[in-house]
Amino acid sequence: MTGTLLWLLPLFPLVAFVLILLFTYKQHALSHTLALIGAGLAWLGSMVVFYQAVIAPHLAESPIGSSINWLPTGETFFQIGVQVDPLSAVTLFFVAWTILMIFIYSIGYHNFGAKRGVDDQPGLPPHGALVKDKNGHKHHVASVEPMYARFFALISLFAAAMYLLVVSNNLLTLYVGWEIMGLCSYLLIGFWYGKPSARDAALKAFLTTRVGDVFMLLGLAALYTLTGSLNYQAILSNPFILEQLAATTSPVLGLSWAGLIGLLLFIGVVGKSAQFPLHIWLPDAMEGPTPVSAMIHAATMVSAGVYLAARFFPLVSAGWEPGLPLTPTMTIMAAIGAGTALFAATIALAQNDIKRVLAYSTISQLGYMIAALGIGAYAAAVFHLVTHAFFKALLFLGSGSVIHGMEHGVMHTGEHIDPQDMWQMGGLRKKMPATFWTFLAGGLALSGFPLLTAGFWSKDEILSGAFGGGQLAVFIVLALAALLTAFYTMRQITLTFLGQPRTHAAEHAHESKPVMTIPLMILSLFAIGAGWAGIPEAFPGLGGLIPNWFGGFVGSMVHFEHHAEAHSLVPLFTSLGVSLGGLLLGWLVYRRAGAVDPLEKALGPVHTLLKNKYWVDEVYAFLFIRPARWLADVFVSQWIDRRILDGILHGIGRLGLWLGKLVRQGFDTPVVNGAGDGLANGTRSLGAVLRGLQTGRVQDYMLLAILLAVVAGVLVIVL
Amino acid sequence: MTPMQITFILIAAVTLVSAVMAVTARRMMHAALWLIATLMGVAMLFATLQASFFAVVQVMVYVGAIAILILFAIMLTRRSTLESDQASLGSGWIINALAAVGVFAALVTAVWAWPAAETVLTELPKDAEQLGLLGQIIADPNGFAVPFEVSSVLLVAVLVGAIYLAVERKPQRGGRQ
Amino acid sequence: MIPMSWYLVIAAALFCVGLFGVLSRRNAVGILIGVELMLNAVNINLLTFWHYYIQVNAEPPLNALVFTAIVFIVAAAETAIGLALIINAYRQRSTVIANDLNLLKG
Repeated sequence: MTGTLLWLLPLFPLVAFVLILLFTYKQHALSHTLALIGAGLAWLGSMVVFYQAVIAPHLAESPIGSSINWLPTGETFFQIGVQVDPLSAVTLFFVAWTILMIFIYSIGYHNFGAKRGVDDQPGLPPHGALVKDKNGHKHHVASVEPMYARFFALISLFAAAMYLLVVSNNLLTLYVGWEIMGLCSYLLIGFWYGKPSARDAALKAFLTTRVGDVFMLLGLAALYTLTGSLNYQAILSNPFILEQLAATTSPVLGLSWAGLIGLLLFIGVVGKSAQFPLHIWLPDAMEGPTPVSAMIHAATMVSAGVYLAARFFPLVSAGWEPGLPLTPTMTIMAAIGAGTALFAATIALAQNDIKRVLAYSTISQLGYMIAALGIGAYAAAVFHLVTHAFFKALLFLGSGSVIHGMEHGVMHTGEHIDPQDMWQMGGLRKKMPATFWTFLAGGLALSGFPLLTAGFWSKDEILSGAFGGGQLAVFIVLALAALLTAFYTMRQITLTFLGQPRTHAAEHAHESKPVMTIPLMILSLFAIGAGWAGIPEAFPGLGGLIPNWFGGFVGSMVHFEHHAEAHSLVPLFTSLGVSLGGLLLGWLVYRRAGAVDPLEKALGPVHTLLKNKYWVDEVYAFLFIRPARWLADVFVSQWIDRRILDGILHGIGRLGLWLGKLVRQGFDTPVVNGAGDGLANGTRSLGAVLRGLQTGRVQDYMLLAILLAVVAGVLVIVL
Repeated sequence: MTPMQITFILIAAVTLVSAVMAVTARRMMHAALWLIATLMGVAMLFATLQASFFAVVQVMVYVGAIAILILFAIMLTRRSTLESDQASLGSGWIINALAAVGVFAALVTAVWAWPAAETVLTELPKDAEQLGLLGQIIADPNGFAVPFEVSSVLLVAVLVGAIYLAVERKPQRGGRQ
Repeated sequence: MIPMSWYLVIAAALFCVGLFGVLSRRNAVGILIGVELMLNAVNINLLTFWHYYIQVNAEPPLNALVFTAIVFIVAAAETAIGLALIINAYRQRSTVIANDLNLLKG
């Protein structure tokens, strides 16, 4: 039964997508109902599957699932199928919850039930409708999104793709889900396609992840060529194959095949999970509606990257044991992950848009997870993936609620300010209490506030894994990043919610509807409580009280895990220090901040560097985009396409014409026409000649008759 | 050469010369008169053949009626002037002469190829030509009564037709031709 | 006394002269004159053979005489009609030149 249910999980949202697209495009209520039913059924199925997975013994060795023969390949078939093992079980859990919460939230975010704005056009964000209240005053209120049904169709497709990716048992269908998500991210980031910035952002996202996907496809091809299969059970759980791949050397850089394939797949992860150098798309992806940001950057898409990295962890760690030096690929992963974590955290310090801060924070946290995988802390990485999904989704949805409140204030007061700029906010704690408390929970989780938040447990696991594994460089970098994370998170919370409102719009903000705040509350429960499923036993005090279910469950995926070594206190104190210290510092610096960021003065030119995101986009534009443009516009379009290809075509055309003329003048007119005309003229001339016989003179006729009679007579006599 | 032969030759010569003249005479009156001479010569030839009845019939019918008819026709169709300036024969008369000579050659060859043509025609007994029998056989239904009656019908038709064709019509309804 | 071939030759000559006249004469009446000559030649032939028949066989071939008579009759009839037509044509077109009566010209 679980096997069948697994097949159905991606189907529910997919059916919702098709139905909305074909039938309910104009009806808002029906569209969101269909989408919710799709997501809800998928959620229900995921819970059932999760339960089955939890109670199943030895799930890692014998995952529940089934396959079908799909593509005939010579003698055998390429099989595709579904499976649930511990990794996909926990992933299903958070994916199902976050998707459902986001779907419910979207109903309110797009102002379901509101009037349609008078000059709202599809493709641009709605900017308010005029309603008359009972006194006859005209108020500007939020209007319903014109492309309401389209949104729900697209996020249903997105959800279907994520479910497909998670339940699949082979890398090919994973790749299919991966690519569909890439498409959906393009469509959803560019949801408001009337805005040029949104269009550019969508294209940037798609192309950047595509760069990563090319390498990933190379890795898949190499894997299939070497092993003849892409099935997880056949390759990644098969020690014999892993040994083989680790032992044979590839022609590239002296890496083993396992390392090379792992590296290629990792580049795909770098693209999808927005690590340096392919991180540039994620901040720009904030152009999409906030539920989309939540989905892409918390619940699904970037998590898919880390999921894949966790999946092929056996491949990159083939031949590695804790205590041994890391394999080259793992070193690369750790370096990129840790570096990105610090890099993104520094940029987040100087951002003023509420969503941008969260975007860079996502990049940074993903760096954490990748670094954790890179150093071999498998369970810690997956743990952080799960908790991060919950609190990041919470933070994004919360920011969406803040933006809605600010927009209401903007419409009320008519001020021309950016409702997403934190420097225009302030004091929203009083105006939007539910949003405030849930956002605070998420923010504290992000910062790793001790004991009470899930983020603490997962981050602590990673830091201790780094320290315990002897990776001091990674440990220090990650600790620094954690400090900065706490700092900018508190900066964000202080600027947005604490203090006094800085603008009139902030004064007139009001709380969002329950359909938006209830998902926030549910997510905050997870943000607080999810960590308690993975308390390590060696933790002083609390360890052992609740069994480390998560560590045991997910840790069974890898064969060397579960270092029950002494939990050193250094990482614990470090993580306590950085999180509490960062939070305190952030509050102190910003609680009395006026209109100017005190950090600007403090950091000086470094602040400009951070604010401009280290000018990475500009460097890429110079190095890659301008040459590509030149190639397209000048080289290919003008030189090759117009001159050479069109020249060839025109030449062929002219040749055809010349041939035609030749045939016509040389053959058709003289010979064919000539024959026809000649026949006609000849007949006419013959007739004219013979007409001469018809003189009309009887005597001539008679002469002829006599002559012929004489001839006949002679013939009769002679013969 | 017996006297009969000489007579025959003379008559034949006259007939031929008259025939040639009749055919080549420039003026039609002369041609008609030459025709009469030819017809008389033919009558004489009939007489030498001891077909005396037909000699007489020849004179009466041909000379007495047909030649007169021709004379009348010539007189009725004479254009006032220029007749004597016209050539009598058409432009291609050499070919016609050749054709005629050819036919003559063919006929003479056919005659000479027949051995019985050399038989000498002797004088017949007196009652050889039996006109009474001719009269009887014309009227006899088992004989030649039908051709006789048909030829009489023919003559009636010709009579009627000739009158109809040749009668001068008064102009009807102005200018109808 | 006179060989039959002489008569036949004379008849042939007369016939050919008549033929020549028919073919060459410009005047339509002249053509008819030629026709008369031809018919006379035929009659000479017929009577020659009549005489020869009596000479060879005892009884006279009366059909020869009838045939001759019919030739006479037909000649007369044809001359009458022909001249009537010529007169009519002369009235229509004011000419008896055979070449000028060429409405059948193709």
